[in-house]
Amino acid sequence: MPYLILALIKTVLVVAIIMHVLAYLQWVERKVIAHVQLRVGPRRVGPHGLLQPLADVIKLITKEGLIPSHVHTVFYFLAPFLAVVFALIPMALIPYGGDITVFGVHTSMQVTDVSVGILLVLGLSGMGVYGVALAGWASNNKYSLMGGLRSSAQMISYELPMAMAIAAPLLMLNTLSFRGMVDGQAGFYFGFLPKWIVFQGPFPQVISFLLFITAGFAETNRVPFDLPEAENELVAGFHTEYSSMQFAAFFMAEYANMITVSAIATILFLGGWHPLWPAEYGSKFVPTVIFGLSALVCFSHAASPARPFDRITLPVFGVIFLGIAGAFLVPVIQTVLLPLFWFGAKTGTILFVFIWVRATLPRFRYDQLMRFAWTFLFPLAIANLFLTGLLVALS
Amino acid sequence: MPPMPQLSLSGVVPFNWYLILSVILFALGVAGFLFRRNIITVFMSIELMLNAVNLTFIAFSYKMGQNDGHIFSFFVMVVAAAEAAVGLAIILTVFKNRQTLEIDEVSSLNN
Amino acid sequence: MDVILFLLFAGVAVICAINLVLQTHPISSALSLVGVMGALALIYLQLGGEFIAMAQLIVYAGAVMVLFVFVIMLLNEGKERKMQRKLWVRWGGPPLLFVFVAIMATVVEHFLPPSEGVTFGAFTKGTAEAIGTKLFTVYLLPFEVTSVLILIAIVGAIVLARKEID
Repeated sequence: MPYLILALIKTVLVVAIIMHVLAYLQWVERKVIAHVQLRVGPRRVGPHGLLQPLADVIKLITKEGLIPSHVHTVFYFLAPFLAVVFALIPMALIPYGGDITVFGVHTSMQVTDVSVGILLVLGLSGMGVYGVALAGWASNNKYSLMGGLRSSAQMISYELPMAMAIAAPLLMLNTLSFRGMVDGQAGFYFGFLPKWIVFQGPFPQVISFLLFITAGFAETNRVPFDLPEAENELVAGFHTEYSSMQFAAFFMAEYANMITVSAIATILFLGGWHPLWPAEYGSKFVPTVIFGLSALVCFSHAASPARPFDRITLPVFGVIFLGIAGAFLVPVIQTVLLPLFWFGAKTGTILFVFIWVRATLPRFRYDQLMRFAWTFLFPLAIANLFLTGLLVALS
Repeated sequence: MPPMPQLSLSGVVPFNWYLILSVILFALGVAGFLFRRNIITVFMSIELMLNAVNLTFIAFSYKMGQNDGHIFSFFVMVVAAAEAAVGLAIILTVFKNRQTLEIDEVSSLNN
Repeated sequence: MDVILFLLFAGVAVICAINLVLQTHPISSALSLVGVMGALALIYLQLGGEFIAMAQLIVYAGAVMVLFVFVIMLLNEGKERKMQRKLWVRWGGPPLLFVFVAIMATVVEHFLPPSEGVTFGAFTKGTAEAIGTKLFTVYLLPFEVTSVLILIAIVGAIVLARKEID
């Protein structure tokens, strides 16, 4: 199949799936934060609030787009565009799975494997600062300007520990392309311990992983580093003057950045799509077991439901989960779905940690935030890189 | 005049086009440097000239088959970054002292 | 395909450069320069310099230009006033520039020996590994000197831009 057509098909698939994941990530966040705070979250729009993202999208599209006077029009409209573009491009670089053969076409589950992939992602996250800074400046509003400048200064400051935290495992992996990174983490120690970078000798990169996740929190402006855009601080910061679709664009850019950071952490530190224990010990049945257990939970709750309409919806979900569990047993689809499942499970775990931290921690003050980056994270990153380099050179 | 390679939309790019692009960008950088009055725009024209020179380095590095041009270009980038940092600090100081960013008005010379 | 891509990126670069020179507000000029740098990064990619293209994106377009944009936003001076240059400068400048470009283009065409064209993928020494090897063996001294240079620049910028604490 010609390369261009294959790339187009993969792009369409990635765009479709990622857009849905973005929308439902918001649903997951609201549900998880609600349950942490001992309430229920959205439950009216569709069963268990599953159509809430659709309702939000319709609301945001049909809202009145209020353009304040005296804004710099070109940059006011350019800023959300830039933010979304630079947040979505890394979706094309991330490998979602291994090599597969579908209908006789041998390809890999990645739109394109750039040989300097990780550098490109770093560059694009650096370019994402423009969307934020321009939004703050073009709004012709002191609070927006301050919020925009603070947010961009924060993003630039945390790029440094992030880059150093990325450089340390690269010393052990010796490649810059994502596919090479995941291939360098295949295999198992002693037959059962996976060779992920967080476990790999000569220096398990646990500190780098924590550094990267912390810097990732700050890069995506998430709690506890979200002072520049918190609603009770700077009147929502740089996106104060934006309404309807442009606000949705910033929102989408933030979630896309979150997914990118989680995916890169998975690929770089947690072994990509490789399973947690070898296939001969039965790791091929893990998704089946998990989905089967979820189906069992749904059916058992359907027997004595908390709400009357759950008598209908919960068995439906149970049947759907059973179907997915069965799909993981079919050998033809298994080669495609298993790596995707492991990648999704690891990325989903990190995303859950993002949401969990949002529900739990208070936020940093701005000077505490910057001091944390420059006086603690950056020296720690340098020390980690030095130690890793020393141990790699000595072995 | 040496014979040019076959120009067609599906062939290879003639090598001289890269140098001509570099010349055009350099000339535009010179134009911005000489004709603009805002200090920051003048500084940005200097960066444009440096970028044009980088393109020349990398083009010739391709032609020679060695990557020394890439390394030279890398050093040019590093020096340009350091120069931008110090230059913008100087611009901030000039603005603090003269309250203007126009190069014609920061001159204290008579006439 | 190579020719179409080159013409596209070169066109973007030239249009953004013209925009840089002609715009009155410095922020528009700064964003046009970011456009030039992005287009040039893609042209470097076509010439086989993948590491340099990424360095251009990370260092130049993602850090240096952000610094420019910050300074322009902080100083907030607004549009430039109309330039009051003498008449012969305003009317004679652009044609002289055009003559300069024409002379340089003719020199390039005449005095360079003919070479085969540029195809994407023909140059393989632009990878990070090749450049890294050369940077740390042959060019080690300039590398260390540039790190001292960056240190000097950091100290200089801090000294110049600090507030005097009375």
